[in-house]
Amino acid sequence: MTPEQARPAPRQDSQDPAIFGQTPWQTVGPFFHYGLPWKGGADLVGTSDIGARPELMPPEHYLLASPSPKGEIAGETIVLEGVVVDAEGQIIPDAMIEIWQADAAGHYAEGNTGFVGFGRASTGEDGTYRFRTVLPGSIGEGHAPHIAVGVFGRGLLKRLVTRVYFEGDPANASDPILALVPPERRGTLMARKQDGAWRFDIVLQGERETVFFDV
Amino acid sequence: MSLILPGSYRREDAGQPPSLYPDYGSTVSRSPREPLVKIPHTLTETTGPANAWSRLMGESMADLTSQHNGEPLGQRIVVSGRVLDDDGRPVPHTVVEVWQANAAGRYIHKKDQWDAPLDPNFTGAGRVITDAEGRYRFISVRPGAYPWRNHHNAWRPSHIHLSLLGPAFATRLVTQMYFPDDPLIEIDPIANAVPMPYRQRMVSRFDIETTEPNWALGYVFDIVLRGKDATPFENGQ
Ligand SMILES: [Fe+2]
Repeated sequence: MTPEQARPAPRQDSQDPAIFGQTPWQTVGPFFHYGLPWKGGADLVGTSDIGARPELMPPEHYLLASPSPKGEIAGETIVLEGVVVDAEGQIIPDAMIEIWQADAAGHYAEGNTGFVGFGRASTGEDGTYRFRTVLPGSIGEGHAPHIAVGVFGRGLLKRLVTRVYFEGDPANASDPILALVPPERRGTLMARKQDGAWRFDIVLQGERETVFFDV
Repeated sequence: MSLILPGSYRREDAGQPPSLYPDYGSTVSRSPREPLVKIPHTLTETTGPANAWSRLMGESMADLTSQHNGEPLGQRIVVSGRVLDDDGRPVPHTVVEVWQANAAGRYIHKKDQWDAPLDPNFTGAGRVITDAEGRYRFISVRPGAYPWRNHHNAWRPSHIHLSLLGPAFATRLVTQMYFPDDPLIEIDPIANAVPMPYRQRMVSRFDIETTEPNWALGYVFDIVLRGKDATPFENGQ
């Protein structure tokens, strides 16, 4: 028996300095609803319970948060909604959307008081997600108001990142990120006013595929 | 165009899976075909809700075995480790959300129709926060393997889903923690979407030091998020 056979090399694992680096992404799978999207996670301004899918688990197994009071929040309240669809145009009822945005004055609130610009929404059986939030302000000269979006779901090995811009805002013409997008595809990043809400559909693949970013 | 942004985070490294991995069937119609548009990090990508997690998600729930009237069935485990950035620096006070199947491999989710028993004493959802040194710890039971419909006789290896916000929008991570010496890992398309040796970053290590005598097996799992990057952004690079 050689010394190597007598004492085999240890198996690599997450602790091995030889392979130290970023932990790989994995899909959230189809069964994340009792673990991630809490009641009210999609309401950044009020105390409705939108965002969660509590009907997908027995009530005694809903252990996630309840809507919390938000206090007085400055700015114009908006609804941001849309469907998530796949390459065949089929709606995706098991996706999750996260948003991150500035407040109405263009500030990102990372602290413990005031508006928190983070939201999480699961899509419903009709593939629709819906947020209640405020219209964000510009984060700096030249930047158009926008909301960062993360898309998660079964079949998504890693998050897809996109941005919502608001159709008709003159600042869109000067936005440095929009300027990096081929002009013929910029329309996929524009939310449009429809029935009082800002409509933003997310097309994962195919005709009018949403622009996704490498961030 | 060259934009130097002091707050930027590093890009994904070679250990990340592609969005399209045909062996995992549902990636085929749910992954983009157009190239991603590479953008510099603005304030939008370098900020995040890190300090607001308890206002959003609620306080921590670190013991998944004490959420109901009785104890869940299965092998009790203690999972602990550190959250680091890819420079090896700890990520303190960051939230880790976890969810998993029960010891029989069944999710409490109503759409999980696999014929394995539910456990009334086990939900499988938890949430912990790292301490000042980036350490976290939670108590659970070892989840079972479960079959899925991806291909003939497909079984997912035992795994725990973990979700981290990290300090910024750019540092978000959702992953799965696997168990050492699980023969299903090497035939699992979801784990195999990550090339070797990086796949091993998702395999926890059995640890006798954190194993509690007469009580629970210890598994250690360090999680590495993207760190700060000082290289300038070049358009089209
Ligand atoms: Fe799973």
